[in-house]
Amino acid sequence: MANLVIVEHDNNEVAAATLHAVTAAQQIGGDIDLLVAGENCGAVAEAAAKIAGVSSVKVADDAKFGHHLAENLATLIVEVAAGYSHVLASATTFGKNVMPHASALLDKAQISEIVEVKSPDTFVRPIYAGNALATVQSSDSIKMITVRTIKFEAAAAEGGSASVEAISGGTDTGLSRWVSQAVSNNDQVDLTSAKIVVSGGRGMQSGDNFSMLHSVAEKLGAAVGASRAAVDSGFVPNELQVGQTGKVIAPDLYIAVGISGAIQHLAGMKESKVIVAINNDSEAPIFQVADYGLVADLFEAVPELDAAL
Amino acid sequence: MKILVCVKRVLDPQVKARVKADESGVDLANAKMTMNPFCENALEEALRLREAGVGEEIIVASVGGGKTEETLRHGLAMGADRAIQVVTEETLEPLAIAKVLKQVAEQESVGLVLAGKQAIDDDSNQTAQMLSALLGWSQATYCSEIKIEGDKATVTREVDAGLETIEVKMPAVMSADLRLNEPRYVKLPDVMKAKRKPMDKIELDSLGLDTANRLTTLKVEEPEGRAAGVIVNSVSELVEKLRNEAKVI
Ligand SMILES: Cc1cc2nc3c(=O)[nH]c(=O)nc-3n(C[C@H](O)[C@H](O)[C@H](O)COP(=O)(O)OP(=O)(O)OC[C@H]3O[C@@H](n4cnc5c(N)ncnc54)[C@H](O)[C@@H]3O)c2cc1C
Ligand SMILES: Cc1cc2nc3c(=O)[nH]c(=O)nc-3n(C[C@H](O)[C@H](O)[C@H](O)COP(=O)(O)OP(=O)(O)OC[C@H]3O[C@@H](n4cnc5c(N)ncnc54)[C@H](O)[C@@H]3O)c2cc1C
Repeated sequence: MANLVIVEHDNNEVAAATLHAVTAAQQIGGDIDLLVAGENCGAVAEAAAKIAGVSSVKVADDAKFGHHLAENLATLIVEVAAGYSHVLASATTFGKNVMPHASALLDKAQISEIVEVKSPDTFVRPIYAGNALATVQSSDSIKMITVRTIKFEAAAAEGGSASVEAISGGTDTGLSRWVSQAVSNNDQVDLTSAKIVVSGGRGMQSGDNFSMLHSVAEKLGAAVGASRAAVDSGFVPNELQVGQTGKVIAPDLYIAVGISGAIQHLAGMKESKVIVAINNDSEAPIFQVADYGLVADLFEAVPELDAAL
Repeated sequence: MKILVCVKRVLDPQVKARVKADESGVDLANAKMTMNPFCENALEEALRLREAGVGEEIIVASVGGGKTEETLRHGLAMGADRAIQVVTEETLEPLAIAKVLKQVAEQESVGLVLAGKQAIDDDSNQTAQMLSALLGWSQATYCSEIKIEGDKATVTREVDAGLETIEVKMPAVMSADLRLNEPRYVKLPDVMKAKRKPMDKIELDSLGLDTANRLTTLKVEEPEGRAAGVIVNSVSELVEKLRNEAKVI
């Protein structure tokens, strides 16, 4: 068996999500090689070679891979995948975008968002917003997999000494062109890797009121998240959305403020170690998953919490 | 430009999925079913493109058996011109669905395919990307804004880091995110009108495609539930418990 893990990166750093995909590959067993495709991404390749348990790093440094456009990147994955039994990527918007494209070119099924490796051909994946877990066995010669990061520990970023090999290949399909990326606020704690997350919902009433949550988050070293209702209402940007169709996170502590606890929201946070709910409706479904529930008006409780920390 | 909108019939998002006692799958007998919410966004966008003069005929297509026709009728009531049901009682995987939809897109000579970014039952998030690969067309997933001008489209995509804008050549396959638009409500006269709109049925077998499944579902089970928690009476009690009992702050 041989695993190929597609490295997610911004041409400077390896994304944390990739370390979790490497762990999934370790559980499958066999050699682990990494594919770094990008533009001026030498630093990424060097960092990738240090990840524990990796045999070799293949680097395709070419302008056509600069922005990870799915059509171009998939052609490279198809060429490299030929020598592997498993190709993995993290189930982030990066992996979810390119992996099915490559899978279809290879005429292989994709197994989305695995949460457990049962054996090299059998995996568990959540369906129905995590309300059911399906165990599926693949008969494909190459298993194309995306990995739900919260269910696999991160591999050690240091300690390995893999060989680095420059490769060429892939096609510039000319189909898409990257224009721009709007990143709202990158000095905040990263939502997907934060140990503590403070999330607000429709109950927050406005974007301005989120400053209360930011203040609490700052004291706790926490990230701020949100429900879809809060994003749809324009209180906060889309990348803060937690849920079935947003980010799936599992911090040590998740504090849900003014969030009712819809199935789709729970899908993104119910694996958190400790859940706190602050809501003035004692019937809100969020209390059914909360370890600690506080039935209170958030406009009183949150400032009080802020003062107590 | 003709537009193909791929729609899927799924368990209503307000209904909690129940796993069958024999662990063979999720119990859908007598369950309330609807059009996948993301597919409604895809269709709504097609309707708006037509209203803006960019789109012409809108075809809704679905692969499925049983009551798939109901979902297609809903699409017609929203405003699609005609419907195609590729009939099969088998549960196909996204790769097979994409192969079928490719054939439909080519047969109908459409210039744009719109799909939902994910189906809320199987949560695969694959079909649109696979279809783009098989057609050799541009791919734009998780769209929250679509502007089509001539043979190019500018698309804003919801990605983990925020919003990404790309420009794609037409024809293209695009998948809709929920913030792309607000799907319209269907009024009774629309439902009546939809009954008279054309609905083609194509037997899957007649297409001569390899749609064999590559995955076998060994079992479907319920995830472990969380143990019941406690209600605290004050913020100070909450802070005390988080510090000394849960030890998370
Ligand atoms: C296909 C699909 C996908 C979806 N994906 C997601 C997703 O990824 N993430 C997601 O979050 N949702 C998602 N949703 C939406 C989801 O169904 C809910 O609509 C949403 O989570 C509700 O957000 P909310 O809890 O903030 O709002 P509400 O349900 O309106 O709840 C607000 C809560 O705030 C409380 N409140 C109000 N005022 C106060 C106050 N002063 N003090 C204390 N409490 C107060 C209320 O009691 C209430 O419980 C999806 C829905 C669909 C159909
Ligand atoms: C009892 C049961 C058993 C199952 N067993 C398996 C199994 O063994 N392996 C497996 O992989 N899956 C299995 N499934 C899931 C089923 O195969 C998937 O629903 C199918 O593969 C499509 O995946 P998706 O809907 O999640 O696709 P996504 O890629 O999430 O769908 C995205 C979009 O693609 C379009 N689309 C998807 N399906 C259709 C369609 N039928 N017609 C038209 N457009 C469509 C829609 O626009 C949709 O919004 C099972 C389902 C059930 C209920």
